[in-house]
Amino acid sequence: MTTEAAESVEAAGVAPAADPGFLQRYGASIEYILIPGAALVGALAVFGGFIALYGKNPLDLYFYMYYGAFGTWFSWQNTLTRAAPLILTALCTALPAQLGMVIIGGEGALLIGALSATSAALALQGAAPIVVQIAMVIAGMIGGGLWITLSGGLRQYRGVNETISSLLLVYIALAILNHLVEGPMRDPASLNKPSTREIGATNMIGSIPGTDVHWGLVFGLVAAVAAYVLIYHTTFGFAARVAGGNIRAAKIVGLSVGKLILTVCFLAGSSAGLAGMIEVAAVQGRTNANLAAGYGFTGILVAFLARQNPLAIIPVAILLGGISASGGLLQRRLGLPDASVLVLQGIIFVFVLASDALYGRIGFLKGKT
Amino acid sequence: MADASLGLWTVPLAVFGGAIRVSTPFLFVSLGECITERSGRINLGLEGTLVMGAMSAYGISYLSGSPWLGVLAAGITGALFGALHAGICSLPRVNDIAVGIALMLLGTGLAFFLGKPLIEPTAARLPAIDFGWWSDIPQVRAALRINVLFLIGVAIAPLLYWAFRTTRWGLLIRTAGESADAARAMGHSVLLIRLRATMVGGFLAGIGGSFLSLFYPGSWNEGLSSGQGITAVALVIFARWDPMLCLWASLAFGGAAALGPALQSVGVTSGYHLFNAAPYILTLAIMIITCSPKRTLTGAPAELSITR
Repeated sequence: MTTEAAESVEAAGVAPAADPGFLQRYGASIEYILIPGAALVGALAVFGGFIALYGKNPLDLYFYMYYGAFGTWFSWQNTLTRAAPLILTALCTALPAQLGMVIIGGEGALLIGALSATSAALALQGAAPIVVQIAMVIAGMIGGGLWITLSGGLRQYRGVNETISSLLLVYIALAILNHLVEGPMRDPASLNKPSTREIGATNMIGSIPGTDVHWGLVFGLVAAVAAYVLIYHTTFGFAARVAGGNIRAAKIVGLSVGKLILTVCFLAGSSAGLAGMIEVAAVQGRTNANLAAGYGFTGILVAFLARQNPLAIIPVAILLGGISASGGLLQRRLGLPDASVLVLQGIIFVFVLASDALYGRIGFLKGKT
Repeated sequence: MADASLGLWTVPLAVFGGAIRVSTPFLFVSLGECITERSGRINLGLEGTLVMGAMSAYGISYLSGSPWLGVLAAGITGALFGALHAGICSLPRVNDIAVGIALMLLGTGLAFFLGKPLIEPTAARLPAIDFGWWSDIPQVRAALRINVLFLIGVAIAPLLYWAFRTTRWGLLIRTAGESADAARAMGHSVLLIRLRATMVGGFLAGIGGSFLSLFYPGSWNEGLSSGQGITAVALVIFARWDPMLCLWASLAFGGAAALGPALQSVGVTSGYHLFNAAPYILTLAIMIITCSPKRTLTGAPAELSITR
């Protein structure tokens, strides 16, 4: 599917070449689609070669990947269901990136968000479902938000590197979750898989009518659009981008950088916390170790592939959701290990970063200077 | 008998033995990262390198029957990952922190993929030297069964300290880390120096991984490393890029990580997961205490993106 996308882009780039001004004018924007597209194609080719070494036919691989991700209505629904948390965890990396910060702890905020949302639901048993759901959203967002604010605050007030601290906080969050789930919050009835008590079927947020895709997708879309508006169409977002571009300039014009960092980190974390709330309220129905499914880590890749642009995160999250949705089919039909999705994600990540070197260097897209 | 007479002394003894056992991967990864960071680049991908090293060491040891070949294979795998990191970073406008994150994911994924058939079989493990022969107490003997890799790691630390100060190579690495322009002016290729430093760093981190799968815990599974690699990278920062401090910090970390299992062995089971998180909490706490927003850290290589 990506090959077609890249080809159509190339076609679009070549066809209007009769007008010499076109490429010069839109060259920069075309680059943002052409280069990541080419990186994706390159990564898929390398992964195909890797699979060929493993003794499988790469063409089968591409077919099943397409079929498992976008081939049927069923696979589309599976893809969109996985895209929902990816949009939200990607925002957890993309928002701080506007300030020049590299936060990779979305997984931790997701887990803390899930725990907070579950606690809220369990505390409010008996209340009307809509009250419980709203409380879950608020609790999940506050929990996740404070978790990443911790990284931001340490960076601002103690100079602790936010990349490392946010990753350490993932492991600490996982330990807290395991501790609570196997100890104080454990449902005695959960024997093999220690879990909290269920939040109750009436409190689940359910599916979008006519589909099996849960409402979390809508949450994700709204959050991405809101983040886009915040960054590109408000004074706050402008201030954040100024601070990200040149922190000294931001201080000279009187921006309060500390407040910006804390607010952005809170928003980023609350977005990942919302992903945790959705996984509890739409998929698992309770908190247990299943929640650490790696959405937080894939979200980092989504954010980088989308070049930290909240709107671009939506299609990229659907693409990456599709890749992970096809994992099951690859396991069943080709006998590939479940880790093959991780390998492909890693290769894509490497290609996307290496392709950063290409911007502004493609001859026919260069503007006259 | 001996059991009863030890009583609560079991805990500090187990922590001591654990410090030696558990610290080895921390030690190798932090020494490797120390070399890489001194040359002016940070490699966050060592978490992935560690897991790849553990997997390849186990695989080669299983296939060849020789654990030492496994250690060598782990080192070579690590060096290749280091070369990949350095190769991508030498492209213009590529961020070394992001490349590290990518290689962390790639290394873990690749190790899980290739290591799938290795979960069942048992590979030949690394031997240990019995330093506790003089004692009758089984716990003391267990604590003093020390792996050769640990001793090698302990020997590398002062060697590295000396090499950074006095040798030509040490000076070149430090020059590249303090001022790329100065190294260039002296007629050296900064990219080449960093490539070599990252490869050596990856080599050591791979060996650290081989310890995980071939000695302690001593098997291959997907939960083998949970953040030891990234903890070791953080450890280099508060060890102030000093190999000897890396050694002491690794030992402290090993002790912290051994606390959970040690308490469990005397029957304290509540809060087991929280004790297991002790190394991460300790890292974070030490970073909070030692970092400062006002000044760059003393001893920090000036070219390092993480401290600027």
